Amino acid sequence: MPDKVKKVLVIGSGPIVIGQAAEFDYAGTQACKALREEGVTSILVNSNPATIMTDEGIADIVYIEPLTVEVLERIIAQERPDGLLPTLGGQTGLNLAVDLANAGVLDKYHVRSLGTPIDTIRKAEDRELFKKMLLEIGEPVPESYIANSLEEAKEAARAIRLPVVIRPAYTLGGTGGGMAHTPEEFEQIVRIGLAVSPVHQVLIEKSLAGWKEIEYEVMRDAADNCISVCNMENVDPMGVHTGDSIVVAPSQTLTDREHQMLRSASLKIIRALGVQGGCNIQFALAPHKVVADAWPTDLKLDWDSQGPPPYYVIEVNPRVSRSSALASKATGYPIARVAAKIAVGKRLDEIPNAVTGKTMAAFEPALDYIVVKIPRWPFDKFALGERSIGTQMKATGEVMAIDRTFEAALHKAVRSLEFGRRTLLWEDRSWGDDWRQYPLHPNDLRLWAIMAALRRGATPEALAERTGYDPWFIYKLHNLVAMERRLLSEPLTPELLRQAKRLGFSDEEIATLADRLPEQVRQLRHQWHIRPVYKMVDTCAAEFEAQTPYFYSTYEQENEAIAEARSKALVLGAGPIRIGQGIEFDYCSVHSAWALQEAGVQSIMANSNPETVSTDFDTSDRLYFEPLDEEAVRDILENESGEDNTATPSIVQFGGQTAINLAQPLAHAGMPLLGSTAETIDIAEDRRRFENFLGRLGIPQPPGAGVTTVEEALRVAETLGYPLLVRPSYVLGGRAMEVVHNASEMIRYLSAAIEMDSKHPVLVDKFMLGKEAEIDGIADGEQVLIPGIMEHIERAGVHSGDSMAVYPGVSLTKDEVNTMVEYAVSIGLALQVKGLMNIQFVIVPRPEGGSTVYVLEVNPRASRTVPFISKVTGVPMVRVATKVMLGISLKEQGYRTGLWPPQRLVAIKAPVFSMSKLAGVDTFLGPEMKSTGEVMGVDHSFEAALAKVLMAADLMLPQRGAILLSIADRHKPEALPIIKQLAAINYKLFATEGTAAMIEAMGLPVTMITKKLSEGHPNAIDVIRDGTVNGVLNIPTGGRIPLRDGFEIRRAAAEKRIPCFTSLDTAQAAVAAVVNGNPSFSVKRLRDYLSPRE
Amino acid sequence: MTASSSKKAILVLEDGTVYQGYSFGAEVDTYGEVVFNTSMMGYQEMLTDPSYAGQIVVPTYPMVGNYGINRFDFESDRIQVRGFVVREDCHLPSHWQSGQTLHQYLAENGIPGIAGLDTRALARRLRVSGVMMGFLSCTLGPEEALARLKSLPRYDETDFVKEVGAKESYRLEPDGEARYHIVVVDCGVKRSILRILRGLGCALTVVPPTTPGEDILRLGPDGVVVSPGPGDPALPYLEAVVRALVGRKPIMGICLGHQLLGRVFGGRTFKLKFGHRGGNHPVRDTATGQVYITAQNHGYAVDAESLGPEVEITRVSLNDGTVEGLAHHEYPVLSIQYHSEASPGPRDTLNSFEQFLEMVERGG
Repeated sequence: MPDKVKKVLVIGSGPIVIGQAAEFDYAGTQACKALREEGVTSILVNSNPATIMTDEGIADIVYIEPLTVEVLERIIAQERPDGLLPTLGGQTGLNLAVDLANAGVLDKYHVRSLGTPIDTIRKAEDRELFKKMLLEIGEPVPESYIANSLEEAKEAARAIRLPVVIRPAYTLGGTGGGMAHTPEEFEQIVRIGLAVSPVHQVLIEKSLAGWKEIEYEVMRDAADNCISVCNMENVDPMGVHTGDSIVVAPSQTLTDREHQMLRSASLKIIRALGVQGGCNIQFALAPHKVVADAWPTDLKLDWDSQGPPPYYVIEVNPRVSRSSALASKATGYPIARVAAKIAVGKRLDEIPNAVTGKTMAAFEPALDYIVVKIPRWPFDKFALGERSIGTQMKATGEVMAIDRTFEAALHKAVRSLEFGRRTLLWEDRSWGDDWRQYPLHPNDLRLWAIMAALRRGATPEALAERTGYDPWFIYKLHNLVAMERRLLSEPLTPELLRQAKRLGFSDEEIATLADRLPEQVRQLRHQWHIRPVYKMVDTCAAEFEAQTPYFYSTYEQENEAIAEARSKALVLGAGPIRIGQGIEFDYCSVHSAWALQEAGVQSIMANSNPETVSTDFDTSDRLYFEPLDEEAVRDILENESGEDNTATPSIVQFGGQTAINLAQPLAHAGMPLLGSTAETIDIAEDRRRFENFLGRLGIPQPPGAGVTTVEEALRVAETLGYPLLVRPSYVLGGRAMEVVHNASEMIRYLSAAIEMDSKHPVLVDKFMLGKEAEIDGIADGEQVLIPGIMEHIERAGVHSGDSMAVYPGVSLTKDEVNTMVEYAVSIGLALQVKGLMNIQFVIVPRPEGGSTVYVLEVNPRASRTVPFISKVTGVPMVRVATKVMLGISLKEQGYRTGLWPPQRLVAIKAPVFSMSKLAGVDTFLGPEMKSTGEVMGVDHSFEAALAKVLMAADLMLPQRGAILLSIADRHKPEALPIIKQLAAINYKLFATEGTAAMIEAMGLPVTMITKKLSEGHPNAIDVIRDGTVNGVLNIPTGGRIPLRDGFEIRRAAAEKRIPCFTSLDTAQAAVAAVVNGNPSFSVKRLRDYLSPRE
Repeated sequence: MTASSSKKAILVLEDGTVYQGYSFGAEVDTYGEVVFNTSMMGYQEMLTDPSYAGQIVVPTYPMVGNYGINRFDFESDRIQVRGFVVREDCHLPSHWQSGQTLHQYLAENGIPGIAGLDTRALARRLRVSGVMMGFLSCTLGPEEALARLKSLPRYDETDFVKEVGAKESYRLEPDGEARYHIVVVDCGVKRSILRILRGLGCALTVVPPTTPGEDILRLGPDGVVVSPGPGDPALPYLEAVVRALVGRKPIMGICLGHQLLGRVFGGRTFKLKFGHRGGNHPVRDTATGQVYITAQNHGYAVDAESLGPEVEITRVSLNDGTVEGLAHHEYPVLSIQYHSEASPGPRDTLNSFEQFLEMVERGG
């Protein structure tokens, strides 16, 4: 063993994008904590400010900087770490580590790569090397051949035998590929594939469609000790990305013989790879006799390479992953923590099992429950996106539920998805009566389609065949349908109710089926003593006494979560990561739990998201892994009330909309909230009450009204004048929000699937075109502290979550700042906010000079900018707010009313999108939020911060290059300065017809390129696809969804992954950054940027 | 759900704790030592493992029977457990190898099961109080059942080895050419052990546990395997058999066989509070420090303190430090407390058999 490392660089995974979410914050946070325990200094680099790992309490040294080789080299030169941990930052971290090694940076500065060697990473990442290695150790890989012609392809097909999968080389999202069952199909697909592939090449691969997909999470230390932490079965068979599959742990339909065969193979593979740390291995397992026909069924223990193999190795990830986060939460075994310790030289048998405190990490968790994971897809946001799922992951997040039966765990997982009324009983009205027509192919609604088909008499066997699900899972769903029938037809007896609860039916579902109100069902449960008990996740199936209070509910006999008689509070988490509700709320929940602990209050966490730090077993004093709905939360609170029946207060401010939505139901049930009251929250959220409230304070807001008919809407529109912002009243966070410019757009909006009635009016507001700004504040009833003001780069009309925001504001006048602060203070006091609030403003210039500040909305909860503002101002907002809620005033904490002195830095936050992964989704920025994550650029000047944030967000245009312009008439005048700037720095301009005419008229050189895709080549799409242009500036007319105008152009840019600007403001900033040249920017520890301006 | 249509059943522990559930398998009463196993799969192997004779087994994994019963995974020719206790028995299994359901298999073999109870609570009870006798009934009330239980023999008082071991000797031919002749003293051997040895080129003579050592030697074996088996290893007749062989032939002792070797070497054996039963038990090789994950199923262990200096402890449990393997400075002995044959369980130590045969090859 070489010398013990003392200082280790940990690379984070950057912004949250589809396929790389909160799990890496969890992994990085665990790793940094583990390093600290081992006496190793951690240096953490990430561009994502909304992470817990970028807190100095977690890592010793924090850099929030763009994740590029150049930046990392500068950090390495400054900090001189002796080790690098490459396997904790997802694919981003892994790629950067390999790049650093390839660039010679690691050698130059004598940085050792810790844990899994770089060579191993290369071997696992390179498909050919990997295949070769597997074949060497006798592990089966699916046969595949590369073909450059139809003849070669036919030869390959003869060798592999149909069915096969055909994948054209270098096309995104598998365009042009497919599966062939017959020679005719084969020839047809190969012809298309060869044609669409830019290199006229296809990969012919053995089809494993319908095979079971089984995963193993395995670990190995430097002394060659190996264990398997968890095995998981994908309910969706091969063909669906594991991130998009429903997954259960442990595997349910494998015999021990099959399980041990795959477990042994997994250990063989990590040994051969030389992994030191964690590793995820995916297998395809023959599902039934038809497939496994020639499988030797004599009594041999192992498949012995005679005859066709019963399984194939599909993929190996030699790093922590989404699956390892899931496995950690499913088993209680902290994979990232153990991996970090292995990396600094510990052996598995030297690392204590933190759950039992008695046993060691060299063991395999035994589960005495089942875990169900369901992905959370963004199709509620992107109604027009392609809902089919396949090999490209589309889910933004996931939920996990634990129970003692599959049925109950599944039910809880569905509740955890927070789709409102979409329980398992939900059916799409358009599906009709013939179940054969239901969407049973891989798509986000398949689970519901299967349930509906079972209700229509489809047999489990028929559905198993149709979906490829193992019949076992469908039998279980059938069980649920049988119980539905009983609840519909039989009197609700204690026995029946208890059985339904044991199958996971919610009070709400039982109420629907048994024709009662949910509250009545709850009362019956209490009357009949049918209450959940809470069992512990202890890694060892009760074999050892466990220390860690990590609980799940179930309807059984013994309760293990005995309430402690002490002061406590329940922090409600944010549930699955979705667009509009990301990792920032996990940051807030975690900090709130820590603040409670600091104040000597027992912190109790409830959440359903396995990817997060909040559901780590040592984040809070007690963790309930539960759905965040009224029933589950009330059950937890009742359990916590203990024998003396003291009410436990809830904290609803930190878990995003999920938690705040529980404020009213909890208050209604007589359960106390900490901080702002349900009344305060209601005033802020109820449109009419809020309007009156602001009116009383004399604070201006854009005029508007709620309408319930088209006629009324048009009348209101006439009075207010277009453009107008329209949105349904019952959803928040910009969902289905749109700007309409005229009556026909208004009519189209109202008729497009928006349910409008007297209870759910559509809100019509005057759309104010101006600068947007927002503040995050903390109020205690007497004082209102405003840590910072952010100005948006994009003008009103772009959702604040999709805007770039600058702290402190760059173009805000002193008057405007003072007005916003004054409004915030008076709102905070008058609303009696106790805790956090966020206020959004629009600042509209007055014709006579000066400007008017309007308040757009007030959110009496943590906003998504809280981590950003906390980090750039140094005010630990969540901690301060939590203490305020506990009754410790701002004054007592050393803060006072007013704006916190601005720091001598400029920080810019930019959104990051996952558009390349979501076919059919328009990338146009509007009032509806679309981004999945964010990055931060911080420096001492605006230019440097801007350059860094564009770099981090992949929006940086090259110094020299070409750009495609396509600008709607309405916006052409405004685009002139940008075009002039581009021309001045010798950018090659390509433009569509109208825009080209304008540029020509300006006397600037331009290449006209048609946007009519049917009229010859090259067209606008061609210049994007073939790399002629480095960026796109496309400003559409706005209004329509999807905007047909330019849609293909934007999609092409997204798929080519080049910057595509749909807002002139963002484009102006990006062009300014190029004009500035390459500003020299700082690379500093976050704390070194902080210092007050005065 | 068939819960409501099924007959109610109870499991009563000797301390009076009552668990309510419903009956599956055979509708008969039973009693035995109640033990839990933490393996998440492998119930068929568990049911047919002779080491479970006299015991009522509780898998801690809640859903049991998912893949049915197949013709490949029997570890003996019948069900060996006295009763089976599960949170949920699967009525509709799914696996292409499955021939019948768990319920059918138990019913056909006259073995009762109880389902629907809080098996985690039961396992916690056994962990805290130690293993206990229990009575499983679908006819009696709790008091009656407890009274019956008190009148029945305790687990420790019965010699189950004689019940489950071979009644007569028989011979098994190897796969391929015979390289060694091994005698297996059948105290309750699992089929996997025989299969593995045959696969490694061993001609086997399986003898009843009561076969005198001299008779075994007369068979002229190259080595002897003393198999696993149920119950307390303090069985003088078995110790005598092993004593007669030690030093004269290379011996592999597995589980009960290991405990017998420990006793023959002068060690003491003692009953563990709740045993080691599961597929996730880490053991450390005391020579190399290497850790293996093993399958285990034992209620007794060799006391490390009681062993003389001529005996080397080769493996220890990482969980509780108990002895998991022994070697002797003079005699060729490979003695392991855990189940290298797996079935069910991990196969990390499958090479123990090869190591034994190397010992045999060296001629001891």
